Amino acid sequence: MITEFGHFALILAFMVALLQSSLPLIGASLNRHGLMAFAMPAATAQFVLVLAAFGALTHAFVTSDFSVQLVVLNSHSLKPMIYKISGVWGNHEGSLLLWILILALFGACAAWFGQNLTLTFRARVIAVQGMIGASFLAFCIFTSNPFLRVAPVPLDGQDLNPLLQDPGLAFHPPFLYLGYVGLSMAFSFAVAALIEGRVDAAWGRWVRPWTLAAWVFLTIGIALGSWWAYYELGWGGFWFWDPVENASFMPWLFAAALLHSAIVVEKRESLKNWTILLAIFAFGYSIMGTFIVRSGVLTSVHAFANDPDRGVFILIILGVFMGGALTLFSVRASELESKGVFSFVSRESALVMNNILLAVSSFVVFVGTIWPLVAELFFDRKLSVGAPFFNLAFTPFMIALGLILPIGAIVPWKRGGLGRAVKSMRVPFIFAIAVMGLVWTLQTGQSLHGPIGMFLGAWLISGAVMELILRLGQSRDFARLLRLPRADWGKFTAHSGLGVTMAGIAGIMAWQAEDIRVVNVGDTWELGGYEFTLEDVRQERGPNYFTTMADIRLAKNGTELALMNPEKRNYPVAQMPTTEAAIDYNMMRDVYVVIGDPQADGGWAVRTYIKPMANWIWLGSALMALGGLISLTDRRFRVAAGARKQTTIGGVPAE
Amino acid sequence: MKRIILILSLIIAMPVHAVQPDEILDDPVLEERARELSKGLRCLVCQNESIDDSDAALARDLRLLVRERLLAGDSDQEVLDFVVERYGEFALLQPKFGGSNLVLWIAGPLGLLFALFIGLNMMRRSSANPATKDELSTDEADRLNEILNRD
Repeated sequence: MITEFGHFALILAFMVALLQSSLPLIGASLNRHGLMAFAMPAATAQFVLVLAAFGALTHAFVTSDFSVQLVVLNSHSLKPMIYKISGVWGNHEGSLLLWILILALFGACAAWFGQNLTLTFRARVIAVQGMIGASFLAFCIFTSNPFLRVAPVPLDGQDLNPLLQDPGLAFHPPFLYLGYVGLSMAFSFAVAALIEGRVDAAWGRWVRPWTLAAWVFLTIGIALGSWWAYYELGWGGFWFWDPVENASFMPWLFAAALLHSAIVVEKRESLKNWTILLAIFAFGYSIMGTFIVRSGVLTSVHAFANDPDRGVFILIILGVFMGGALTLFSVRASELESKGVFSFVSRESALVMNNILLAVSSFVVFVGTIWPLVAELFFDRKLSVGAPFFNLAFTPFMIALGLILPIGAIVPWKRGGLGRAVKSMRVPFIFAIAVMGLVWTLQTGQSLHGPIGMFLGAWLISGAVMELILRLGQSRDFARLLRLPRADWGKFTAHSGLGVTMAGIAGIMAWQAEDIRVVNVGDTWELGGYEFTLEDVRQERGPNYFTTMADIRLAKNGTELALMNPEKRNYPVAQMPTTEAAIDYNMMRDVYVVIGDPQADGGWAVRTYIKPMANWIWLGSALMALGGLISLTDRRFRVAAGARKQTTIGGVPAE
Repeated sequence: MKRIILILSLIIAMPVHAVQPDEILDDPVLEERARELSKGLRCLVCQNESIDDSDAALARDLRLLVRERLLAGDSDQEVLDFVVERYGEFALLQPKFGGSNLVLWIAGPLGLLFALFIGLNMMRRSSANPATKDELSTDEADRLNEILNRD
């Protein structure tokens, strides 16, 4: 009964979305207030209805209602409660419903918090959001209905893929979706602005927090996924350039570009066309990501739905929205005249460089991701594009970005002297060179990853610190630091975070040590100055799996550090084994142990790794996300969008 | 990321792990070369995964093949050529530079040049036009007043 109610709510939501995407638009062009005002209750109603549908599906999962097909395929009565809930989005139909729920939530947010937008603009934004909602609701209802029943009702379910039964992965999809779908707000604002024919500072001030929030969610989502791969897949890889990872990474890069260029729109009323274009493409990449994941066209295992109908449907959605928005753009772009002028050396130019590097690097990822498809379709070549290509073709852009960031971050707006900025950054630069030299001499004959990565890390972090010191000016009054706008603290945190992540990636790539061997119970071996002893291997039972668990004693110079318990689990229902690595976490290095198979002539295959600076990768990601959050709490986003303008009329925008 | 799922569920109940102790060559220099080569070769039944990382039985066969060729005295390039001849360029994780693949390889540099052209043009136009003022248009001033007076 509740399931049918959910199905019904979903269809109603589709109806509401259709009205929401048409009536306010008509109202806005005829200047009819009643029709425009319809947008707000419609957005709220759509959200409530989708929430009801999502609630109904969750109810089916939580109560293990095996008359619902989706529950049978993805759940099991013995599964722990948290994975019963995360099972709702651990499959195609449910994750699509979550996508739509978040989309409706963002639309409703524009209705709830958009009082300081003009009525016409707000109506248009909500209408565009409604169009996106309507197309995905149609997609869900017509090709991926989550509420299908089965008869006869089976006794139990087929269980969720055990690799997905993990706390890191339970929350990975919701964060990713909040990010993907958050970019729809930037898109709706861009399209509404194009319809209206105006982009101003208030527009920039509105788009930026939404983009920032979306980017923060994407950062968290990607970092969670990468961390999960690191500890779960059993050899400590953290990034594989898999098409599906790329699908989330491309919008992340674009969102990073967008949130920087939106600053220019907001503060300087410049780069308007450029920003609108970025907003359109950023969401385009989100739909493209959905297409890649859902259609299975690039046949990755992520593609749990290998159904061509679905792929074609999403491709149509992508074509209509991108085609429509870009056509609108080509008609209206010339009207969006930029006002703030800037000279060749200025913060604006630096941010243009940031945009160029991020957009082109994203383009490289895009070409690399679809190239196997293009080569097969047009050149009849079956080939692979893997990690070696991306490492080679993508990394230079990030190095360039890291090099110019600390200078670009302090060049004055409008008109600056490069000489002065370079001069004020000489201390961090010398420090970074010293770090590079030190690393260079400490390691002999190894890859360049180490020195370059440590240089970039030191340069970015000390550059961010230097920027704060520069903000102090001559006064050396440290209390002033506390009074800096939160946006400045956000910038400091996020930019340092980038440095931390870059150093971490370089560290793990340059200095990882590995050992693979057969070990008997009682044996001791050594790696990177650590001693390992296999003390015991035993069989145990978990709630819904069997496990082979080892006790490995970790010591250094005879002092015991930890007892590590790597596991090999077997999930009988899904008939699938998983590895649970044991990791001894430490800021400077992780010790990572995996237990393999029993060997024919006794003993166990054991793999041991020392992974230097691994945690820096995720610490840096966390700092980036935190920096975004701090920026979001900046005063100018909390007060009404126009209010602060009072202080800046006719003057130079305050920073 | 989850590519192992497929392989595991398709092929084996009991997984073999990537590089096994018994595969490792006695000569550490040769072994190092074998590992480097393995990282650039695709496990043919996997999704975008190198034979060095893969658990699949087929990946193990390829790893052993690479080591066999190295022991026979092949250079790195000869080993790669041997694998490509047998399995096609699909086995290379880093596509060859040449033919239609040129498009793939120069996409980044060309894209950068293109974007720089647009960007520099924008900067030039903006700096060549210093007459434009920062002040609000009357239209915008009206709107600003309207917003400010609302509170």
